[in-house]
Amino acid sequence: MAETAHATATAHAHGGGHGHAHDPNLAHHFEDMGQQRTSATLGMWAFLGTEVMFFGGLIGSYIVYRFTSPDVFGAASKYGLNVWLGTINTVILLTSSLFMAFAVHAGETGDRKAQVRYLLLTMALGTLFMVIKGFEYREEYHEHLIPGPHFSTEALHLPEEPAPPTASAEHAHESAETLKTASFLTVTPVQFVRQRAQMFFVFYFFMTGLHLLHMVIGLGLVTWVLILARRGRFTPSYYTPLEMTGLYWHFIDIVWVFLYPLLYLVALHK
Amino acid sequence: MSATVEEPRGGGGDGEYRGERKNYLTDGYGILSWLLTTDHKRIGLLYMVSITIFFFVGGAAATLIRLELMTPSGDIVQAETYNKLFTLHGVAMTFFFLIPSIPAVFGNFLVPLMIGAKDLAFPKLNLLSWYLYTIGGVLAVVSLLLGGVDTGWTFYVPYSTMFSNSAVIPAAMGAFVVGFSSILTGLNFIVTIHKMRAPGMTWFRMPLFIWAHYATSLIMILGTPVVSITLLLLALERVFRVGIFDPALGGDPILFQHLFWFYSHPAVYIMILPGMGVISEIVTCFSRRPVFGYRFMAGAVLAIAIFGFVVWGHHMFVSGQSMYGGMVFSFLSFVVAIPSAVKVFNWTATLYKGSFSFDTPMLYALGFIGLFTIGGLTGLFLASLATDVHMHDTYFVVAHFHYIMVGATVMAYLGAVHFWWPKMTGKMYPELWGKLSALLVFVGFNLTFFPQFVLGYLGMPRRYYQYPPEFQVLNVMSTAGASILAVGYLLPLIYLTISLWFERDAGPNPWDASGLEWETTSPPPKFNFDETPVVTGGPYVYPLGEPEGQDERLPVEPQPLPAGRS
Amino acid sequence: MSQTVTPTARHDHAEGHIGPRTYLVIFGALLGLMALTIVAALFDLGAANFIVAMGIASVKMVLIILYFMHVRYSDKLTWVFSVAAFLWLLILVGGFLNDYFTRGLVAGR
Repeated sequence: MAETAHATATAHAHGGGHGHAHDPNLAHHFEDMGQQRTSATLGMWAFLGTEVMFFGGLIGSYIVYRFTSPDVFGAASKYGLNVWLGTINTVILLTSSLFMAFAVHAGETGDRKAQVRYLLLTMALGTLFMVIKGFEYREEYHEHLIPGPHFSTEALHLPEEPAPPTASAEHAHESAETLKTASFLTVTPVQFVRQRAQMFFVFYFFMTGLHLLHMVIGLGLVTWVLILARRGRFTPSYYTPLEMTGLYWHFIDIVWVFLYPLLYLVALHK
Repeated sequence: MSATVEEPRGGGGDGEYRGERKNYLTDGYGILSWLLTTDHKRIGLLYMVSITIFFFVGGAAATLIRLELMTPSGDIVQAETYNKLFTLHGVAMTFFFLIPSIPAVFGNFLVPLMIGAKDLAFPKLNLLSWYLYTIGGVLAVVSLLLGGVDTGWTFYVPYSTMFSNSAVIPAAMGAFVVGFSSILTGLNFIVTIHKMRAPGMTWFRMPLFIWAHYATSLIMILGTPVVSITLLLLALERVFRVGIFDPALGGDPILFQHLFWFYSHPAVYIMILPGMGVISEIVTCFSRRPVFGYRFMAGAVLAIAIFGFVVWGHHMFVSGQSMYGGMVFSFLSFVVAIPSAVKVFNWTATLYKGSFSFDTPMLYALGFIGLFTIGGLTGLFLASLATDVHMHDTYFVVAHFHYIMVGATVMAYLGAVHFWWPKMTGKMYPELWGKLSALLVFVGFNLTFFPQFVLGYLGMPRRYYQYPPEFQVLNVMSTAGASILAVGYLLPLIYLTISLWFERDAGPNPWDASGLEWETTSPPPKFNFDETPVVTGGPYVYPLGEPEGQDERLPVEPQPLPAGRS
Repeated sequence: MSQTVTPTARHDHAEGHIGPRTYLVIFGALLGLMALTIVAALFDLGAANFIVAMGIASVKMVLIILYFMHVRYSDKLTWVFSVAAFLWLLILVGGFLNDYFTRGLVAGR
């Protein structure tokens, strides 16, 4: 028989019996608020881990194409994207993270007015980010840079021949050869350049679009905790939804911290 | 729950039903109490029903495949239909049966019980995960009703994105949604195991079942999101025709394979690790010995989970991956076999000088050990570049993975069903029928799949519905085996269902097994334990040996069981 | 992994305290690093451009994680989880590039 000891009433840890003085925010299956809180935090970090891998697959694919057609991607980035708007958006997002950190801090100290104030500021900046992104998308639409039948590389000042992905001349010969696939699928170098230019924008729109979707979700969460904060729902011993929303928001910021150099700063020097 | 349990409460009071204590099955009636439950045990049962349905869907497809393969020419179905059959078989079995099976049913049911918790960390997310599974399943059925998918469960591009005329998007989206079900399950287990162990339950006092599910959960949360984004990219390319993976449009189809296998290889470890956890529980109980090398067993599941992430390229040796990349992946694939071998050695050492009782769960466990070994060893032939060149895309590969997925995982699942059936339902199953089914499964399985090793070695390609006549004998053997296997699978469906009404009640511990789940009633009460247990020793306290490698047991006076426990 | 009979860790995390001043300092650092990454992108460093850009982004990420996300004063477990995901991303990217960078390296493929 197993030797686990069945504790007596006095010796065991809190058995969750009713009638004890509970924090009303304590869920039934947890022993105490500390366990509940650290569980929520660990759960959120595990979830953010999944988000890293989710974006990561996309970023990994982008990196592969960038390294196998660096000049095309460089030109597409430099002439197709608006690096000023991208930079402004980066500042906006970093600032919104600052305000979110202040909001969570206000949760820790129980300052309801500050919670509301900083959550509103976070929302405002998040919305501004989305508006500017919308302007960017519109600009790209007018330049015919949306992938599909109307895509055009006119605006991009593309190189005429693709540079080989590796430096040595021997490999350059091989890769020029490998552009021919099966005999019915011969792709000329010019076509390849055009295709990879479009590829850049496929990834640009998907990556920033996915990021935008997460922003929308983030704004939804901020709205929800804003409503809770206004009602005075948070106390220094319970502000978990605020804290978790903060973690999510900072994560969205981190994604952008990587998307910005990956997409906008490819070949500024050229 | 009350602070003490001394006597059963008076009739009609809280916790009473018809003079008996309420358990999780009787605590709440009506369909909504099941569909809106947050009780991890009920959710485990919901999953059991769902995955059983998909098991038989995948099995029906397999039946048609094996019928077609009885003759060298294609006569029962057309070629396109055959493609749809093996795709359905693969999608249903991997995404909707194997990956959820043991974790979603037994992990959900047992993890809180085994660590002395009242529920998982996030009960509502648990229910959500079942709903996501169901929605994913509906999407898969939609793709079936729209005529099926013919790309293979691997959805290789550019065929799936540019050329296939079948219902690829619903199927891909079904797999996408069910992936999130998997992620939530894994997330729940990780947090629960870290944060909700009972007092005294240190890491090295946990049952190996828990270690296995922890390792599995790591894979679930780190790997699944990658296949999710891959399926989205696939859908994007199919809908918008923008050539992400299509070479005619500047893309690289091998990139798809990298992305797909980055998850799908660790996914096979999701399929096997929980089974290994089950086997450790069964083998110890039915040989009355603690596990040999507890710490190595725990370390091995973690090593398998981690190394399993760096070998995916062995699915792409002949696809166009660089030769150098192939060499690296080949080497690492040999490395990942080592912790698996350690586990087989340790189970064998656990069995050594044990006192066996060959109940049904033990039969399945012994079958697991042998068949997993064969499957694992044949994996090495495939890990070796030189031999894989000849055997890739032949029946050798098919036999290899079926030895592991069916010979090992499905048998572990059935062993778990029988081992924990009394705990989950409060009823015993009929032992004779159990043994008979186990035997039929073992014989049928080997007759089905061993000939396939020979077929593959002789060069018969996979996913073909016609073949040279000299392969017919082996194919007929395989189909004959499949018919025996089918009987072996159908019987438990019948006798287990019947047992719910006609069998005797099982007590809390019919196997005399060691573990916290056996310390509570069968079926358990809604919140698992009347009082939170305090743990003072490790698992596997059995008479034939001292547990070692576990945390020391502290001396304790035997406590009388509180009255009112059955 | 303790050997004692204490319950699983339930204590709150914040032993140190991150105040608004710290947040402002970190914010300043983040802006500075952003400026640095733009400047670095203006020079042609060849293959190093990518590495420098990713390196700076990683430093920014670490600052956000440690301070804005409170990992600086959290328990080891949180730290492990935040590192692990990033590490796994490196495995993915590394494995992919391991193929793409070596195509043509060994004769015939």
